[in-house]
Amino acid sequence: MTHFEYAPAPESRSVVELKESYGLFIDGEFVDPLSDSYLSSVNPATEEVLAHFAVGSDADVDAAVRAARRALPKWSKLPGSERGKYLFRIARILQERAREFAVLETLDNGKPIKESRDVDVPLAAAHFFYHAGWADKLEYAGYGKNPKPIGVAGQVIPWNFPLLMLAWKVAPALACGNTVVLKPAETTPLTALLFAEVCQQAGLPKGVVNIVTGAGATGAAVVAHAGVDKVAFTGSTAVGKSIAAAIAGTHKRLTLELGGKGANIIFDDAPVDQAIEGIINGIFFNQGHVCCAGSRLLLQESIAEEVISRLQHRMSTLRVGDPMDKNTDVGAINSLAQLQRITDIASSGDAEGARRWSVDCALPERGYWYRPTLFLDVTESHRIAREEIFGPVLAVQTFRTPTEAIEKANNSPYGLSAGVWSDKGSRIHLMAENLKAGVVWANSFNKFDPTSPFGGYKESGYGREGGVAGLASYLVQE
Amino acid sequence: MTTAAHLVHLAASDLEDARRDEASLRSFISRLPGVDKVGLEARAAALGTRSIKTSAKAQLIDLAIAMVDLTTLEGADTTGKVTQLCAKAVTPDPLDASVPAVAAVCVYGDKVADAKAALSTHPRGAGINVAAVATAFPSGRASLAVKLLDTRDAVDAGADEIDMVIDRGAFLSGRYGQVFEEIQHVKQACGQAHLKVILETGELQTYDNIKRASWIAMLAGADFIKTSTGKVPLAATPANVLLMLEACRDWHRVTGEKIGMKPAGGIRTTKDAMKMLVLVHETTGDEWLTPSLFRIGASTLLNDLLMQRQKLRDGHYSSSRYVTND
Repeated sequence: MTHFEYAPAPESRSVVELKESYGLFIDGEFVDPLSDSYLSSVNPATEEVLAHFAVGSDADVDAAVRAARRALPKWSKLPGSERGKYLFRIARILQERAREFAVLETLDNGKPIKESRDVDVPLAAAHFFYHAGWADKLEYAGYGKNPKPIGVAGQVIPWNFPLLMLAWKVAPALACGNTVVLKPAETTPLTALLFAEVCQQAGLPKGVVNIVTGAGATGAAVVAHAGVDKVAFTGSTAVGKSIAAAIAGTHKRLTLELGGKGANIIFDDAPVDQAIEGIINGIFFNQGHVCCAGSRLLLQESIAEEVISRLQHRMSTLRVGDPMDKNTDVGAINSLAQLQRITDIASSGDAEGARRWSVDCALPERGYWYRPTLFLDVTESHRIAREEIFGPVLAVQTFRTPTEAIEKANNSPYGLSAGVWSDKGSRIHLMAENLKAGVVWANSFNKFDPTSPFGGYKESGYGREGGVAGLASYLVQE
Repeated sequence: MTTAAHLVHLAASDLEDARRDEASLRSFISRLPGVDKVGLEARAAALGTRSIKTSAKAQLIDLAIAMVDLTTLEGADTTGKVTQLCAKAVTPDPLDASVPAVAAVCVYGDKVADAKAALSTHPRGAGINVAAVATAFPSGRASLAVKLLDTRDAVDAGADEIDMVIDRGAFLSGRYGQVFEEIQHVKQACGQAHLKVILETGELQTYDNIKRASWIAMLAGADFIKTSTGKVPLAATPANVLLMLEACRDWHRVTGEKIGMKPAGGIRTTKDAMKMLVLVHETTGDEWLTPSLFRIGASTLLNDLLMQRQKLRDGHYSSSRYVTND
């Protein structure tokens, strides 16, 4: 027998050229913020400061919204085929600069390079390609003969898939003839700023896309601005509720994509080896920083013990560490604040009597890390079964019958995602029909495609992104 | 009669039951958890993106060379051809003595004596096994008596290993018992020779079938399970190899016994071979990273491994003129 170890396979960061500091992207140019205030973005795997970025004040946001309003008449009246050309061009540039985007995303976010390389960036490009195709076909989308853009879209996106969430927001907005003011997350603004360069490279008319970086107050200013006609937010349910309250009674339209506590349901006739991979992918993909993560594992009682044993064995093969290494499976937690949140909720699991099991792996000395963890003996009343942890922590429960599985899966304020694993087609249909979740994956998990609408039930939000349904979020039906 | 549950958890007693009679075997086989094609292929593809660099690459290249079953299975095979093959097996790279010898040469039964004779002339030849394909290879379309005679003939000629084919016709028509018994008989005919059981994945077509055939072969006493003859497409694909390695892993979970695995057919490049070894490392674990438990059936792969090895050593690619064509 030979003992084998992968040799280090670090992706080179030389492809990325970071500026020391970034201004705001308003009216097609990078400008210094009126606020004269800056924050820094940190590599969560090393705690190294990557760059400083401007904090948009109310006045900066106002300038961005005005630029978007000025650009709106011309952009919205361009023939769809012309708008489509810009989107195709952006998509191609994203592909051409894919490596640069992937490396920067991994540096700024902490996710493994293989994920930014194979998932985030290709999917972001795919969203632009897909919506480029819609730009000149909107009259056939089923929203009336001559659907119109809503106007200026204020978009606030999270830190878990920075570029991909940008693409989910910007691509449909532009395809439908809207202009955009986008506020990236404060821990991960860098790929959005690189995207601003792509807009310049593509010759996108000034003011069509404006990117205003900053923290919560900047996002609140975007949401509150009277010149914004549509607000699109992806993030936590708490912030989503405050946004809904803030814009209640205004003319603004709103779509929200919020938290989740997805149930991944494994029946005794499941394809077991693939189900194990689906469990892993459901909760450890992107360190569990996934709103639709399969964070609750529901196992049919008759197979629970065996599946848990196999799952633990599989978890122990996960490679946790340097996100820039091409063989890393689980990267860094995005921020110290998020690490503390995960640590806090997970320790409630210990306190409330659930049984913790974690992978016994070495962690780097610097940076923010959390061991892939599962909790056994979890009941419905445990906090870890109810609250979104947004980290690599899985709560394992059991069920006896399909009815009980449905009850448990739906017993949540959230309703974003679910997975069903069974070889029986009729059972999968039964489950899909009864699960209150925006997406139900059958014998798979965390699969995304621009043609497939994504969004929540209940406190996971409303409105859809992607597919024909997603266009409705950026169109006024006439 | 109670409803048969899916065999997610296997116990040693389940394996004993399965061997009792044809009905028990059928029940066992049909209760094995199914295989989801999309998920299996996705996992195999994901492992295919593992990056093998520097020291890891050097280590796996030498390991892959030592795992090669260097093969010639042509109607045109002659004593001369087999002799050349054996020389290559012993000294894959005449310019570099640090290159390990391959695990075995694999020939038709009537060429076993030639191979034995050729290997005996080299000092390093004693460590190299001779494997013979048997049982009316590659189609397996002959009576059991003929198949057993074919096997004994190769063993009598000195074959250390027998690569048999299963009766795919019997398998596809649901006669699992016949497939099982045939393997048992061949195993008996092998005597001391190791038995590799070829499933011919390209003819079984579905992953469920490949999984079931793997378990039948293991139950019947296979020392190795092997994907293919090399004569039919869809042979040693990463998904097929992953699936069969999972079967080996699960067998070990239940019995503690290690059954070997041999992908064959379509493995031509170093990259292909590295992917196979990654599948082993991440599925059964490193205990299978040895020629006694993992073989790669190949004819043209060896030269690509040698060229990649030269490249690692010298820092540049050499011409194919610097590897020998045998």
